[in-house]
Amino acid sequence: MKSFDYVAVTKPADAVRLMEPQFRFIAGGTNLVDLMKYEIERPDRLIDISRLPLDRIETTDAGIRIGALARNSDVAADPAITRQFPLLAEALLAGASPQLRNMATMGGNLMQRTRCYYFYDATQPCNKREPGSGCGAIGGFNRIHAILGTSEGAAKTQCIATNPSDMNVALSALDAIVQVTGPKGTRAIPVIDFHRLPGDTPERDTVLEANELITGLDLPKPAIPGKSYYLKVRDRASYAFAVVSVATRLAVENGRIQDVRIALGGVAHKPWRIVEVEKNMVGKAATEETFRAAAQQLVAGAKPHEHNAFKVQLAQSAIVRALQTVATS
Amino acid sequence: MEYTNHKNYIIDGAGRRWFLKQSSALVGMLALPPLIGQAGTAPASSVPPGLPMKRAITLRINRKAYRIEVEPRETLLDVLRERLDLIGSKKGCDHGQCGACTVHIDGRTANACLLLAVMQQDRDITTIEGLAPSPDRLHPLQTAFVEHDGLQCGFCTPGQIMSGVAVLREGHAGSTAQIKEWMSGNICRCGAYSGIVDAIEAVQKGGRQV
Repeated sequence: MKSFDYVAVTKPADAVRLMEPQFRFIAGGTNLVDLMKYEIERPDRLIDISRLPLDRIETTDAGIRIGALARNSDVAADPAITRQFPLLAEALLAGASPQLRNMATMGGNLMQRTRCYYFYDATQPCNKREPGSGCGAIGGFNRIHAILGTSEGAAKTQCIATNPSDMNVALSALDAIVQVTGPKGTRAIPVIDFHRLPGDTPERDTVLEANELITGLDLPKPAIPGKSYYLKVRDRASYAFAVVSVATRLAVENGRIQDVRIALGGVAHKPWRIVEVEKNMVGKAATEETFRAAAQQLVAGAKPHEHNAFKVQLAQSAIVRALQTVATS
Repeated sequence: MEYTNHKNYIIDGAGRRWFLKQSSALVGMLALPPLIGQAGTAPASSVPPGLPMKRAITLRINRKAYRIEVEPRETLLDVLRERLDLIGSKKGCDHGQCGACTVHIDGRTANACLLLAVMQQDRDITTIEGLAPSPDRLHPLQTAFVEHDGLQCGFCTPGQIMSGVAVLREGHAGSTAQIKEWMSGNICRCGAYSGIVDAIEAVQKGGRQV
C-alpha cells in the first residue's frame, strides 16, 4: 500500500473543507482499503469521517432518515426499518458477510465501486481504472457482466461492469434520496440519479463531486403501502455478489396493480429501473401475464456478451418470481 | 532479486513459525506497482512533504492498553501480528474475504485486515487471545471446537471462533441454516464446516452465557 497522510475530523464542514481531489474520505473502509492494497486507489491523504455524528436512524413525518455513517448491520436490525422498509433490511442482509456489514456504512455502501475482475487486475486494460486503456471484459470472460445500459461508444470508453451493491437495488425501488453536503451547500439527489451509466466516463460511478460528502439517506413513506421482496440469485447460498437480483414493491387491490416498483441488480452499471414500465403496469391485473410483459420490457434493450446471454432470461424469470411472491404473500 | 536470502527471514522463539523480516529494501521492491498499464501514467507519489509519517496511538486490546507508533497505512491485523506478537488472528486472504483475521471491535466482528490501526483508538478490541476467561480455562466455544472436531489444520479456527461467539451472543444460532448463513464470512479450506456448526450448536444447546 502506498504511504499516505491521515487526518480525523469531528465536523462534516471540516471534512468538506479539507477535501481535495487526491484525498479520500474513509469510514468503514471495507472497499477503499481493499482497493488501496491493490494500489487501484492511491490517495495522498485519508480524511477519517468515522467519528462524525451521522449514525442515527430517525423517524420523520415523511419517512425515515438514516445517517450516512449508520452501519449496514445496525440498519438491517433496526425495528423501524424492518417494520416500514423490510426490503432494505432484506437486501442489506443478502449482501457481504456479517463482519463486513458490521464495518460498512450506508454512505460507504452507496460509494462502493462499480467493478469487475478486470478493474482489479492491473495487468488488464480497464477504462474505469485507467481511462482510455480499453476493456478487458469485452472479448474476455464476461459471465458476471452487464447486459443493460452499457456504453456504446468507442473502445476507449466501453465498460460492462455491474454495481455489486444489494442495498443500492433496494434503495432504488424505495425511491430513496441521498442527502449531500459540499462547498456550495447541501443538495438532495434521488438515488436513481445518484449512480450513473458508464457513458463516455466509465471512471465515474456516481454524480457525487469529489468534495461532496454524503450525510444521510431519506426513505420516503410510499403513497400507497404495499408489500415488498428482495430476490437474489447467486452462484452459492451466501456471501456472493448477485448474478441477478430483483427488489420489488407492489400494491394490489381487487386483483389490480395500484403501485409497483421494480429494480434490478447484477445487470447494469447501476440499479436498473424503467419508470415507464412501472407506470404502464398500474391498473392492470396482477397476473403472470402482466408480470411477464413487464419483465420483457425491462430487458428489451439487453446487449449480452459471449458468456452472459443467460442473464436476459434469468432476469425476466427473477422479475416474474419476485412479483408473484409479493402478489401471493 | 533475491527473495529467499536467509537474511530476510528470522525464526521466532517457538522455532516453528517463519515470518518475513520486513527490511525496507525488500518492502520497497515488493511495493513497486506492476509495469503494465501503469508506465508513464502513474503520478509520482505525492504525499505532502514534511508530514510525520508515524502516529503515536493507544490501542485497547484484550483489556490491555498498548502504546505504539504506527504509519497510517498499517492495518490492525499487521499491528497485532507483527508489532504486538498477538499472532492468533491469521492473515488468510488479506482482503476481507476469508474471515481468518476476524476480531471483535466494541463487541462486533470485523475483518482486522481491512481496518487501519490508526482508526481504532478508543475501541475495545478483542482477539482470540482475549476470549478465554483465564490462562488455564478455555472459552466454552473453544472447548466445543475441540470436542466436535471443528478444525483440521487450524488456520481459520481463531476467526471461526470469534465469529461463532458473535453468532451465539447475537442470537443467530437458532438453527443449522441460520448458523451457516451467519458464519458465511469465514472460509475453511479443510472443510471442517460440519464440526464447526456442531460446536456452535452444542454451545447453544448448553444454554451457557458466552
